[in-house]
Amino acid sequence: MHHLLEVQDLEVKFALRFGELTAINGVGFTLERGERMGLVGESGAGKSVTGFAIINLISKPGYISRGRVLFEGRALNQLSHEAMRDIRGNRISMIFQDPMMTLNPVLTVGTQMVETLLAHRRISRQAAAKIALDKLRMVQIPSPEKRLTQYPHEFSGGMRQRIVIAIALVTDPALIIADEPTTALDVTIQAEIMELLLELCQAQKTGLVLITHDLAVVSQVTEKLAVMYAGSIVEKGATDVIVNDPAHPYTQGLIRALPGIITPGSRLHQIPGVMPSLTSIPPGCPFHPRCPFCAAVCRTTPPHLAPVDSRQVACHMVATQNGRLEPTGIVETWQPDTRMTATGKAVETHGR
Amino acid sequence: MDAEKALLSLRNVVKHFDISGGLLDQIQFEKGRLVRRRTTVKAVNDISFQVLTGETFSVVGESGCGKSTLARTAIGLYPPDGGKIYYDGQRIDHLSPGQMLPYRARIQMIFQDPYASLNPRKTVRQTLEEPVYFHQPSAKAAEVRDRVAAVMEQVGVDPQWAGRYPHEFSGGQRQRISIARALMVDPEFVVADEPVSALDVSIQAQILNLLMSAQEEHGLTYMFITHDLSVVRHISTRVAVLYLGTLCELAATGELFQAPRHPYTQALLSAIPKLGQHGVHYVKLKGEVPTPIDLPSGCVFHGRCLFADERCRHEKPALMRLQSGTQVACHGVEEGRL
Repeated sequence: MHHLLEVQDLEVKFALRFGELTAINGVGFTLERGERMGLVGESGAGKSVTGFAIINLISKPGYISRGRVLFEGRALNQLSHEAMRDIRGNRISMIFQDPMMTLNPVLTVGTQMVETLLAHRRISRQAAAKIALDKLRMVQIPSPEKRLTQYPHEFSGGMRQRIVIAIALVTDPALIIADEPTTALDVTIQAEIMELLLELCQAQKTGLVLITHDLAVVSQVTEKLAVMYAGSIVEKGATDVIVNDPAHPYTQGLIRALPGIITPGSRLHQIPGVMPSLTSIPPGCPFHPRCPFCAAVCRTTPPHLAPVDSRQVACHMVATQNGRLEPTGIVETWQPDTRMTATGKAVETHGR
Repeated sequence: MDAEKALLSLRNVVKHFDISGGLLDQIQFEKGRLVRRRTTVKAVNDISFQVLTGETFSVVGESGCGKSTLARTAIGLYPPDGGKIYYDGQRIDHLSPGQMLPYRARIQMIFQDPYASLNPRKTVRQTLEEPVYFHQPSAKAAEVRDRVAAVMEQVGVDPQWAGRYPHEFSGGQRQRISIARALMVDPEFVVADEPVSALDVSIQAQILNLLMSAQEEHGLTYMFITHDLSVVRHISTRVAVLYLGTLCELAATGELFQAPRHPYTQALLSAIPKLGQHGVHYVKLKGEVPTPIDLPSGCVFHGRCLFADERCRHEKPALMRLQSGTQVACHGVEEGRL
């Protein structure tokens, strides 16, 4: 039996005038049927590019320069355009951040749903309209008969995102890739949409790749998690394990930087510096200039994912120190956290 | 509450925006007659509160609830349509721009999008010098230059980069420059409108730390506008919850997050995603936010409230103070039902 989705050593490059940029570098993970995975990182980490690469939507000057994307055993990045169109929007659906940009403003919601179905199924317009109605009910839109004949501008932001989800579900896909589906929405709406997405995926055994910067959302909805930094996965494993006990220094920093974990009013843990741009990814480990545990080997040799406890981590220090990290103080930009005592628990428990 | 400590005081402030357009847009045909109708967005309705010296006063609410309008009205960027605004004991809402000028140096603002709020044609030095020369035309060039260097140092931007343009900086660095611009004239009150919403988590932590340090060093008072409740919990002294331009609840931060009283506050807080929580658990509200053009009668929240009764539909609840110090506008709380 094949995995639902298997991404192997994926590398995406952008050929620009001044040379080639590597947007994602050796990304790999697997997803089973009905499994939900979070892809987390800050802007520029390559999460969205990974999402696009899965459905072979990297447009020029970008291209997949290495690796494979296997969906139910078929290599998607070797399929023809026609064969790919058969899968995209049918077996794999995508949900984007801004529903107003995704929906066509001059077509009614019903037309857009029926159109999707007719592109992939040999059924009559009436049959398609009936399925569309069912899906609108499924995403809990009130008075769906009336809503089918309305245009996107007649819906609120949350309702529009429900429509987008309904369109994504209309062909009963095996996999949904959701790229920041609730980032543009308020928290109350976000909770509604996430609950809906979670319930639907569970009910229909749909796989989900949830791309987001919000670790808290990921921990609510997903079972697996991959943390990306500067185009590579730095840590992956079960969501619970990583969220409660992060091993990679970047994951640790990311979680400790969240307000709401330490005492209100105290200084937040900060990761010094910024994520490098794709034009200037440092040699060795891309995180080394910001890392409190950086050693000589980190500056020269890129680390690879290696099993640590029940997850995989790409870090020389975690690997050599048996998962236990003590700050070396080598990095000049690193400012010791003055509130280290307040977060002392996190320091003691990490990387066990 | 100690009245003499209030730096900013709003009393029954109202701000409506007329969006009816020209005369022809306003004319409608109704029951056989031509009538002229105006359409107004009721952004801020009868809001009163005080910001105390040295505190961080946060205003939270969902998009479109009027929190940005409230902040801008409070510091005189929009003229209010009703009510009174006092700053440091002086009434400021009816002042001319000239009379307002001395207050402009004492009140500064930081905006959400550091890509839009910095002039792309000006170097960092020009951006930072401008407010100083505007408010102190006689300032000496050497002093201003030293001040630019000192403030840049303080916000964590290398003063050697003063000759660079905004596009040469990252989002976090730009937000540091926006904060530096606000600090240049040594203000006492800073209004920050979603200052970290556009930033990544690790950068957000840097900027929040910077804002907290600046507050300690300069004795600043903050009015913080944001929709991010975990940020609010971390930095604020007191929090005002806004719904449809109306103040629902005002409480000390710890009190609000531990024991929210208003049904809307309870729903809002329950929707914050929590790290390590399995599944999505939250208080479900009925329906959607109504438009601020046609405000609901009675309590603005009654259409979505799970506890609304007949009284809520007709009578507007007044803000009342509870024993805990929390101020809440809800008939249910008043009657002891909730």
